[in-house]
Amino acid sequence: MRFRARVRVMPRPSILDPQGQAVARALGELGFSGVAGVRVGRTVELELEAASAEAARAGALKMCERLLANPVTEDFALDAVEAQP
Amino acid sequence: MKIAVVRFPGSNCDADALAAAAASGADAYYVWHRSTDLAGADVAILPGGFSYGDYLRPGAIARFSPVMRAVAAHAAAGRPVLGICNGFQILCEAQLLPGALVRNGGLSFVCRPVRLRVETDATPFTARYRVGQQLSMPVAHGDGRYVADDATLDRLEREERVVFRYVGGNPNGAMRDIAGITNEGRNVVGLMPHPERASEALLGSSDGAAVFALAAAAAVA
Repeated sequence: MRFRARVRVMPRPSILDPQGQAVARALGELGFSGVAGVRVGRTVELELEAASAEAARAGALKMCERLLANPVTEDFALDAVEAQP
Repeated sequence: MKIAVVRFPGSNCDADALAAAAASGADAYYVWHRSTDLAGADVAILPGGFSYGDYLRPGAIARFSPVMRAVAAHAAAGRPVLGICNGFQILCEAQLLPGALVRNGGLSFVCRPVRLRVETDATPFTARYRVGQQLSMPVAHGDGRYVADDATLDRLEREERVVFRYVGGNPNGAMRDIAGITNEGRNVVGLMPHPERASEALLGSSDGAAVFALAAAAAVA
């Protein structure tokens, strides 16, 4: 079966995120008020062949640990594992 | 005495590193990243550039190149490994050095000479410098901000494993002004500035030449 897994990779809160700060400043300059903070991360979509959703999830988690996120600077979350038609 | 300069797709300081190594009197040659050995090298250099286009994170994909197994074995055997700029990023991704290099604090790509202070002479690449000596070398990077958790930083300081520190201005927001570090065995060194671009007077500075010269001496010893 085919699954789509969506992985969200975010900079650790303890690591200064200059991209997020730049976006926050730009939003302020555009007149958007009430933006208390912005952080910029990355989304990775994986198309996976696996026997089950659990197997797809387990595989995706290993991929996150090994390559998709840097354990020193980033946290990751597996947002969704959906069966594909 | 043989120095292997590893070329990844996207390396762009390989020729300069090779020239600086050769100028030190070494038998310097290239090793392609698909190679599974370093052709009997005494010293391995991972040069600067943008391996794999910096996709995902700088160094994240290069660290899985076949040659990195040979580099890891070389490091584990206590033999000298030098990572310059992208090479430093690859060594961190490969966990041969602690910490990580992330986007510059100011977001801009920074390309200019910086001043560095030599913090330790107890590595194969800094043995010809004096502790406290100040050097001028260029940096050229967008992702050169060294980060690590406090425990790692404290340990690096305690064990005198900070090799170079920026002085008179920190170009990228690196924690504790760190420009270069070494591993526990002190045989693996990574730095963001480019000693090969400061390896002869014609280039504006020859302060970096001894990085390569001393790699030669260490390998012979």
